[in-house]
Amino acid sequence: MAVITYIEAISNGLWEEMERDSSVFLLGEDIGEYGGAFKATKGFLNHFGSDRVIDTVLAESAILGAATGAAIVGMKPVAEIQFADFVTSGFNQLVNNSATTHYRWNIPVPMVVRLPSGAGIHGGPFHSRNPEAWFFHQPGLKLVAPSTPYDAKGLIKAAIRDPNPVLYFEHKRLYRHIKGEVPEGDYTVEIGKGDIKREGNDISVVTYGATVHQALEAAELVEKEDGVSVEVLDLRSLMPLDKELILGSVRKTGKLLIAHEDNITGGIGGEIAALVAEFAFENLDAPIKRIGAIDTPTPYSPTLEEYFLPNKNKIVAALRELAAF
Amino acid sequence: MAIVDVIMPQMGESIAEGTITKWYKKVGEKIGKDETLLEISTDKVDSEIPSPAAGIVAELLFPEQKTVDVHTIIARIQTDASIPVPAGERSPSPSTQDPKPKSISVPLPTPQQEVVHDVIQRESGRFYSPLVLNIARTEGISMSELEKISGTGANNRVSKKDILEYVQNRRSERTSAIPQGTKPGTPSGPVEVIKMDTMRKAIAEHMVRSVHISAHVGSVTEADVSKLVAFRERHKSNFEKKEGFKLTFTPFFIDVIVRSLKDFPLLNASVDGDSIILRKEINIGVAVALENGLIVPVVKHADSKNLPGIARAVNDLSNRARTKKLMPDEVQGGTFTITNPGIFGNLFGFPIINQPQVAILGVGAIKKRPVVIDDAIAIRSMVYISMSYDHRIIDGALGGKFLQRVVQYLENFDTNQAL
Repeated sequence: MAVITYIEAISNGLWEEMERDSSVFLLGEDIGEYGGAFKATKGFLNHFGSDRVIDTVLAESAILGAATGAAIVGMKPVAEIQFADFVTSGFNQLVNNSATTHYRWNIPVPMVVRLPSGAGIHGGPFHSRNPEAWFFHQPGLKLVAPSTPYDAKGLIKAAIRDPNPVLYFEHKRLYRHIKGEVPEGDYTVEIGKGDIKREGNDISVVTYGATVHQALEAAELVEKEDGVSVEVLDLRSLMPLDKELILGSVRKTGKLLIAHEDNITGGIGGEIAALVAEFAFENLDAPIKRIGAIDTPTPYSPTLEEYFLPNKNKIVAALRELAAF
Repeated sequence: MAIVDVIMPQMGESIAEGTITKWYKKVGEKIGKDETLLEISTDKVDSEIPSPAAGIVAELLFPEQKTVDVHTIIARIQTDASIPVPAGERSPSPSTQDPKPKSISVPLPTPQQEVVHDVIQRESGRFYSPLVLNIARTEGISMSELEKISGTGANNRVSKKDILEYVQNRRSERTSAIPQGTKPGTPSGPVEVIKMDTMRKAIAEHMVRSVHISAHVGSVTEADVSKLVAFRERHKSNFEKKEGFKLTFTPFFIDVIVRSLKDFPLLNASVDGDSIILRKEINIGVAVALENGLIVPVVKHADSKNLPGIARAVNDLSNRARTKKLMPDEVQGGTFTITNPGIFGNLFGFPIINQPQVAILGVGAIKKRPVVIDDAIAIRSMVYISMSYDHRIIDGALGGKFLQRVVQYLENFDTNQAL
């Protein structure tokens, strides 16, 4: 098995799906000639040609509208929104057209929207967003957020093969920082299934994206220093949520911490907390805690950005509070 | 004239001390109830502290800028009231200001958390989480027992770990307290080992536990049920035609037991620590033998059913017991149990009480026997009735009286009644 980076895993997944199915094509800003703002699609234009690797105008509404139209007539577009923050320019296309077409016309819309998202790269408010909460709320969209190269490749393949519109949140800070073992060849990760990245008995941490790695570090630390056994559940899919996995973990441990990089208020952590409070109330030995970014736009100043974001230390502090309850 | 103590209040769960920043009154000054006496500063909030009583400031025990532990007496008020008001009662409620974050590593302040704790406090002041109460319920730990468990959670609460440890210790105490003789294990010689199934394990656990919980004593009596037998003979074929099932003796015995329980309610009770719980409902458990075990479905509210009603309930429950179609609440909530050692022809039995009840009555086989009536020998249908009961609350006299009442009702059965 090869050890590759998170972004390589995504590229490989895209490449393999394009080889496998000629109806798959890419569209987005700077993805062809330039190879993509992060070089995810470097070399694709040369190999697959300009019919299948399309450099679009600077207009997210056009990108997403065109992708929706192409999907409706049976193609498999993978649209890239250069920075997830820009998706709002195409918000109407996504929520009113992509998300509702199957409900209204009984036609599948097999499109994928890749959204490089996340902060911690000193990108400021317009290049750091985690916009999943808006789309989590829209019925008709699937949402995935891999945290490892293995999940990244498996999920991009699964997303492309899914007949529904799938929003694929790739965390840009993980691109070249996270390496992992990835099987050569074809495999998928089932959309709607989470993954226990670390088993434990005392506290469950439900998380996704870049925060998974911080949670794992925090779990190591409190196990070593305090003897507290922490279970880390990587959601991988945000919609549909793997409710059974979440509830099963909480029923085992009795204590829950939800951690995500998105702003805390209105982040999907609230929905998960409500689910657990409703369906696992009698299994709770402590109040449910949430960690998220502070409710402000992403600061540009590195010191402020650090204060703003969740990190290993904040997770450790929350775990210790829960352990002591 | 009384002295009222003013204590350093605890402004939040995790706060251990407070600093007196300003006294608003001097010694000797008058102060009204709830009038601000001092201002304090803690890690989380600065707060004005009202006086718990009206009167004159008698003592100010610490100067400004002094930091003291929470619950320390910091001042004394001399009141006019003759009955002193304990200072502990009058602690001010936590401030609703947003607490200041201590450092970057502390997650978002959550004042809501403190409010939740206040709301869920139990009488004893200890917080029991939903999980802990759930476990307590499943393991049959009463509230009074729960209060005695020591807690290692926040504010000495019983945590999941604490209650699970307690249950574990309780279980091992029980098994170790049971005299084993030699170490349990396979006896010597050729053997065949059969693994217990779930029902068998449950029966074994329940029986051993019951013997351990109750002080079992037994009483045996006999009853002349000739009238009952004659009545049943007369009515049984009509009954079977009308109802579609056979009329057994069980409904008659249940009916008599219900009436006797009304006369002697202590037999329809439970024991909880040092309390006797008189049950207001009369739900009769009927032990049903199964292929490889037994189960005790419950005739609920047997006191509101007539004989045919009891017969129908018993028939329905026993059928579904044998076909494994009982619902969970049909095997719970019993207040007294009847069993039938006579079903295989035996005279009487020594049944084990079905927890958390305090008595179980066994009906032997009804047999024709020669008995002496008015110094002559007569052949009568006789039955032995044995009852095991819990000597913690039912003494021999009461047990005996109850049994005699059952006999009375049986022997005075009104054969002219309609069925």
